[in-house]
Amino acid sequence: MIVIIGNGISGVTAARNIRKKSDDAITIISSESKYFFSRTALMYVYMGHMTFEHTQPYEPHFWEKNRIELLQNHVESIESNKKELRFSDGSKMKYDSLIIATGSKPNKFGWKGQDSKRVHGMYSKQDLENIEKSTKGIASAVIVGGGLIGIELAEMLLTRNIEVHFLVRDNGFWSEVLPSQDSQLIMDHLEKHHGLRMYYETELDEVVTNENDEAIGVITKAGRKIECQFVGLTAGVSPNIAVIEGSSIESNRGILVDRFLRTSEADIYAIGDCAEFREPLPGRRPIEQVWYTGKFMGEVVSETITGSPRQYNPGHWFNSAKFFEIEYQTYGDVRAILAEDEEEFVYRHATEDVLLHFVFEKESHKFIGINNFGIRMRHPVFNDWLLNNATIEEVLSNLKSANFDPEFYTKYESEVVAEFNQKFGASVAVNAPKWWQKIISH
Amino acid sequence: MKSNYSIVGEESQKLSVFKKIGILIFILGLTGLIELIRISIIDKMKFEDIEHYEWYIFGSFGLQLLGTFLFTYDRHHFSIKSAYLKYSNKIQKIGLAISTLGFGVFSLAWAGLITSNHTLFLWLSMGLMGIGTMTYTYGSYAGHLKGIKNNYVMFNSLTSRGILGWIAGIVLTLFYIQIYWFPESLESLIRLFDPLAYLFTGAAAGQWFVYGTVYTFLIFFLGIKFIYKYRHNRYQIIRTISVIFFQIVFAYAIPHILEAFNDYQGYFAKDLKNIWPLNYGFVESYQLDAMQNNGVSGTFYFVWGLVLFLIITPFLTYLVGKRWYCSWVCGCGGLAETAGDSFRHLSSKKESSWKIERWVIHLVMVFVLVMTVGALWPYFSGKEFELGFMTIDQKGFFYTFATLLSLSGIGLGILFFKRKHNMLLIGALLLFALLGFLTWAYLSFDPKIKVKDQVNMYTLKAMTKSSVFYSYMVLILVVSGGLFFFWRRKKKVLLLIAAIAVLVLAGLLTWSFIEGAEEVFSFKSKSIKKSYGFLIGAAFAGVIGVGFYPLLGNRVWCRFGCPMAGYMGLFQRFKSRFRITTNGAQCISCGNCSTYCEQGIDVRAYAQKGENIVRASCVGCGVCSAVCPRGVLKLENGPEEGRFDSNPLIVTKDGVKLN
Ligand SMILES: Cc1cc2nc3c(=O)[nH]c(=O)nc-3n(C[C@H](O)[C@H](O)[C@H](O)COP(=O)(O)OP(=O)(O)OC[C@H]3O[C@@H](n4cnc5c(N)ncnc54)[C@H](O)[C@@H]3O)c2cc1C
Ligand code: SF4
Ligand code: SF4
Repeated sequence: MIVIIGNGISGVTAARNIRKKSDDAITIISSESKYFFSRTALMYVYMGHMTFEHTQPYEPHFWEKNRIELLQNHVESIESNKKELRFSDGSKMKYDSLIIATGSKPNKFGWKGQDSKRVHGMYSKQDLENIEKSTKGIASAVIVGGGLIGIELAEMLLTRNIEVHFLVRDNGFWSEVLPSQDSQLIMDHLEKHHGLRMYYETELDEVVTNENDEAIGVITKAGRKIECQFVGLTAGVSPNIAVIEGSSIESNRGILVDRFLRTSEADIYAIGDCAEFREPLPGRRPIEQVWYTGKFMGEVVSETITGSPRQYNPGHWFNSAKFFEIEYQTYGDVRAILAEDEEEFVYRHATEDVLLHFVFEKESHKFIGINNFGIRMRHPVFNDWLLNNATIEEVLSNLKSANFDPEFYTKYESEVVAEFNQKFGASVAVNAPKWWQKIISH
Repeated sequence: MKSNYSIVGEESQKLSVFKKIGILIFILGLTGLIELIRISIIDKMKFEDIEHYEWYIFGSFGLQLLGTFLFTYDRHHFSIKSAYLKYSNKIQKIGLAISTLGFGVFSLAWAGLITSNHTLFLWLSMGLMGIGTMTYTYGSYAGHLKGIKNNYVMFNSLTSRGILGWIAGIVLTLFYIQIYWFPESLESLIRLFDPLAYLFTGAAAGQWFVYGTVYTFLIFFLGIKFIYKYRHNRYQIIRTISVIFFQIVFAYAIPHILEAFNDYQGYFAKDLKNIWPLNYGFVESYQLDAMQNNGVSGTFYFVWGLVLFLIITPFLTYLVGKRWYCSWVCGCGGLAETAGDSFRHLSSKKESSWKIERWVIHLVMVFVLVMTVGALWPYFSGKEFELGFMTIDQKGFFYTFATLLSLSGIGLGILFFKRKHNMLLIGALLLFALLGFLTWAYLSFDPKIKVKDQVNMYTLKAMTKSSVFYSYMVLILVVSGGLFFFWRRKKKVLLLIAAIAVLVLAGLLTWSFIEGAEEVFSFKSKSIKKSYGFLIGAAFAGVIGVGFYPLLGNRVWCRFGCPMAGYMGLFQRFKSRFRITTNGAQCISCGNCSTYCEQGIDVRAYAQKGENIVRASCVGCGVCSAVCPRGVLKLENGPEEGRFDSNPLIVTKDGVKLN
């Protein structure tokens, strides 16, 4: 009997992959919803692009067909010595192997009024329902925290004609992750949206409430008062590990795991947002709260549980996001601050929201990473370049092969390369696009 | 703990009793149409002469609407409140008001209240609708930066099967029913278009002139709306210009110019881009005659038709997929992409829908093939086409009977020894039904009836209509029961072959029944043609295909019915350079792609596994790629090799391998 706590992408990927290799009984438990849905799509439900059903990647018969039991209940605690789970309704359940995939929860930093009505994070389905209720017919809102979820929340609220006051702690947007040029592109883009007011270098001090304990405004650390009828808390997330409280499972910020995703207790594994590596993988953070790492961990743990233990190795970093209209992808390591031995080349189009930010080694010209905004790039090609230590010149001259924009889109490669040549006194030639698979097998 | 997101409905997607009843009622509606065509063929009557003819038509489509309503009903969307235009801004409201005014004038003519001043009212009506649409478009997208803007699609009453959606669906359906079967009731609307018809063709307008004009009008104005909405996406812009061009020039202007200059050339000259089998009329004998009698231009049309079907279509589909036609050229596709864009998300993404799709579209292809053979046969052989399928005399009958019996006996014996008890049961049931059927036929065989002619020599003429009918019902019941067993046992290929055989058989039997007792086991080309035209050409492609846009989505015909799409789909699936590439592991399973795929393809199911999308039904509209917020999908043509390969995520020692 394999039991999985959490039906997010990590838990569900683990279950699916275990089923491919084993006939064991599998149960997935979640208190949030019976069926798996895509958290990343919550914003589209609010904006009316999709219904909630559309966010569910599998039809109900999928679970029956694959004999994966779904249980909607809340796990209160884990008794690892008895191999037993205790639910909040008092019932219990035995397990042979346990996978903890409980995800994250929104950060709250002890602000006054943070638990009042009309103050919500944006993580779960219930959060979305609450946001829907609290924002009905209101005029203005404050969002605290300028990360990926914050900007999504801003986009959501603007579609309902709500004025958004967006408080960002740093002096640039998402500048703990994005280099200043990239951050600037997004900031310029944000300026173009009506009803959105940005407050950089501004931190929340307290949420002001009325006699019904409803938010009616905020006060910033600088003492500025902003009136609003809703406060969105999106200052990052942290692992949701309440379930291991009182158990002997070791934790730091997240549940501590080794490279095989094993926790300190036998037959208990942790994956996804809630897991923290005891020894971070080279070049990567100990906790990575993104969709695909949860998926990868789910795949890896399924191998281990079904008897062919495998180490987690996610390979080269990549990710993607969308800032209002600007699509963003990244491959390899582009850090907010350039390292000593690194060199960068940034191309920004004069009028369009298009920016390419290349980073490479100063000495060897080895390609390190790219941030691409407004142009789609092929993951397999960039992954291959990273695996094969391609130089920046190789990357640039074959850039056309990596272009993933839809047909007939404006191509920028020649301009990009010309600018590079000029800046670095180089003479890179632009190669015609090869069929990309041929590039892979070089 | 169970909670429903207040504005989006239930979490579970299971079929409720409600929905099942809806399906039954829909099927009942279809039966009404089949009954109508049956009566018309057996009693050799024109539709108009059949008693209660209008009841059949309205009743059938009414039941189909009701069935659809029950099937799709969602209390969140179907509330009066949902019709409230809360999120539309001032300009949008002004645009809507102007359009409504224009449509009001159109409706007055429709209702017979405009009898003079046609030129004025025509321009007033079309002008207001055009200006209104443009104003609405401007209001919707001008205030926003370019990019995907699907805000409120799921809340808007018109686009989420709310009250407005239903009103639109019913009005469209009514329009189609009138234009196909009650054109005389549209008389005053048709007169409204006289000024325009005189301008183009020098003759008064007919129902099809009105239809063509409205159709072109919609493609043009809503095409502009589409272009503006997707102005950041050049693929969308170019292909929409292309469909607008083909509609205006090839479907609308050229035919009318030809009409104005030449004598009647036959319907074949109407639309150069309309390819058989979508244009099933191509093989009608009067058209072939017309082509033969029109010298060079006639020959040109004939050769062009053949070349289009046999060479150009396969070749282009090989190069770029069926999108070259479905979303760049075709008129049906053109309307779907422009006027139907607001309804694309209503297509069902369920696996069961996919199953139904494969069945229905391939059956229509078989149907059109049989019809074509039927249509060409008399033309080239000079004889009426008649497919006799049980041409045996009493002696032959006896031997066949005996052979069947012994063969089945052996088969059942094998099954028994292999301990395939379920199969044994099905086999026995089948055999039993067959025996009963044949005995019945044998007993009712009357040797006194004379052999009429060579073709029909041995047809079992004497069987009464009802005996055939009931045997046929039993056969169908037993066979479908058997098929159900196969299905449960997952013998997919077997099932498919058996099912096709059975359906062909069932089709033949239906036809023989419809044909009447005299030719029990044969059927005539004329009746096939008539049924195809009525059931597929009008009811399916027209009424359900377009009338049901706001209810079932904009590509119902293209997905479930179009034999041309089916034909190209075979190439696209098995021999083409086209695929939608998935970008490594970037997919976040958000579901935008699946939601907005008008063909009901669950794009996400492929994308999240890193697989390319190679599907027969994809019309290459490119909207999945456009709406994807993570840049995961790209429509492209490339070497066939590796087209089906997925980029699964294999987490290896050296990181992610993507090939
Ligand atoms: C709005 C939003 C947008 C995002 N967009 C992106 C994006 O674009 N790209 C990207 O890479 N990542 C994105 N993420 C992050 C990504 O969604 C997460 O990394 C991912 O969902 C984590 O998956 P998980 O399976 O680890 O946990 P979760 O998806 O959080 O699932 C955990 C589940 O466990 C349940 N659970 C927890 N404790 C218990 C208990 N005691 N008993 C029962 N059930 C319990 C929870 O209710 C929850 O359902 C986004 C996140 C949010 C909130
Ligand atoms: S898969 Fe994409 S391109 Fe194909 S029909 Fe669907 S949305 Fe259009
Ligand atoms: S392919 Fe794109 S739109 Fe489709 S589910 Fe994946 S991320 Fe979403």
